Amino acid sequence: MRTTIAILLAAALSLAFTPAMDAHADALAAFAGQKGEIRIAGGTAHIPVMMEAAKRIMTANPDIHITVAGGGSGVGIKQVGQGLVDIGNSGRKPKDEEVSRYGLKMFQWAVDGVGIIVHPSNHLRDLTQEQVQKIFAGTTTNWRELGGPDHTIDLYTRDASSGTREVFWKKALAKGEIAGSANFVVSNGAMKAAISQDPYGIGYVSVGHIDGSVAPVAFNGVEPSLANVKNGKYPIARGLYSNTKGEPTGLVKAFIDYLFTPDGQQLAADKGFIPVQ
Amino acid sequence: MNGWRERAAQGIFALAALVSALLTGSIFGFLLFFGLPLLTGGRLTAILTQPWAPYQGAYGIAPMLAGTMAISLLAMSIALPLAMGCAMLISLSGPGPTGRLLRKAVAMMTAVPTVVYGFVGIFLLVPVVRQLFDHGSGMCVLAAGLMLALMVAPTMILFFCDAFARVPRDYGLAVLALGGTETEKLLYVTLPCAWRGVLTGTILALGRAIGDTLIALMIAGNAVRTPTSLLDSARTLTAHIALVFAADTESLEFKSIFACGLLLYLFTAVMVVGIRAAGRRRPGR
Repeated sequence: MRTTIAILLAAALSLAFTPAMDAHADALAAFAGQKGEIRIAGGTAHIPVMMEAAKRIMTANPDIHITVAGGGSGVGIKQVGQGLVDIGNSGRKPKDEEVSRYGLKMFQWAVDGVGIIVHPSNHLRDLTQEQVQKIFAGTTTNWRELGGPDHTIDLYTRDASSGTREVFWKKALAKGEIAGSANFVVSNGAMKAAISQDPYGIGYVSVGHIDGSVAPVAFNGVEPSLANVKNGKYPIARGLYSNTKGEPTGLVKAFIDYLFTPDGQQLAADKGFIPVQ
Repeated sequence: MNGWRERAAQGIFALAALVSALLTGSIFGFLLFFGLPLLTGGRLTAILTQPWAPYQGAYGIAPMLAGTMAISLLAMSIALPLAMGCAMLISLSGPGPTGRLLRKAVAMMTAVPTVVYGFVGIFLLVPVVRQLFDHGSGMCVLAAGLMLALMVAPTMILFFCDAFARVPRDYGLAVLALGGTETEKLLYVTLPCAWRGVLTGTILALGRAIGDTLIALMIAGNAVRTPTSLLDSARTLTAHIALVFAADTESLEFKSIFACGLLLYLFTAVMVVGIRAAGRRRPGR
């Protein structure tokens, strides 16, 4: 489901209704008079911010086209390295070996947590690291063992390309095993959709994606909230990176710069991430 | 002038045929070139017996092969009787409004993209399967098989109908003149005469079922384990390729998907040859 999300229509629509640029005018000034295309792919945690930024920029300047695709952090790094896209997003820091092979330049514009989620009807709200490891290793297989109903636990995990998986695997599971019975989903959005539908499911998503349709579970007694990620109490956190091949220029540079303006940083905060500035 | 045109047309068609044949051949060659090193020197047994655990250096793909077989064969065993019944109904009701309407609906269904079937599967079928059987997440062999059957059945129905329609009308009239019923005409004359078309439709549908990626990727659950029940989550070879493709190109993990492609190719070839052979054994008419 490597869906390319074309957002030109959304931009065209909002253009029709907001003829004048108001609050964002200053930050978007860099795009005035520019023309061209920016292709973005990779990390799925980044998508809400990328889409909104793209919408604002394309509304201010219809001569610019921005496409945002998912695929996962691995795909983002690979595609930007091979020159298939202009910006490759990753929910983990690119490895040294990737940076040197592709000549990547990385920009971390936000911090994000990875939270464990269950269905809202599930009353479980707290797990220790040991419990989490046992659940994902397939040792604990029934909700009854955790004080829940007598029903098997449905495990959900992400594919190999996922930065969210990488961070969760390192920091929550301490590089422990993930059971072969786990279902695989291919984006943060798909994970949220799967858990919101399965009363006996458990999975993990970017904290920015947690809303009323799923219930967050505290890790070692610490809730995966924005505040807890920010003050460092919540341990399963990572940076959100946008990477370019070599120093960015022109439109791509303007886009990356926009993410670091007060406007762009506020946007990251609005979408549930912690701005870096 | 005419002869020149004739020869030009012949040349163009021959070229088209040659290019298609060469493409198929070169895909096989490409897969063989990259996949063979992974299958020689005892590594074939490793790849067929080991589990899939890339962090431990094991790249077995047997669970995915089993997943592909389970899902595609389940889909075919649902779709074949469904398509046969539907095609017979359309042929029986002949040019009447029921048949026409049904045929139109089926033709429309062939044009629906697989991602739509996958989407419908996630939101409508998976919850039903989960609640009905109360086993696991509902993303399983059964859900994927049902959805895949729904996807390939229209292709089969259209093929079957066309095959039925190509049987000379006189044969059918002769049966009716001898006092046979419409059903007898269909069973004893039309079906045997249309056998080749039925076979082609089945092969085509099987190819689609084995080769489909999205439906399995979206609703089979993709668990890396050999399914032991219809309600187990499973991963097909195609979904596996799609999931691993994003991995680092230099890694062994990535290289192992060439072996997947090769096995998929061989598996499809064996099935097609098998069905053709089985079809040839049947008396023509």
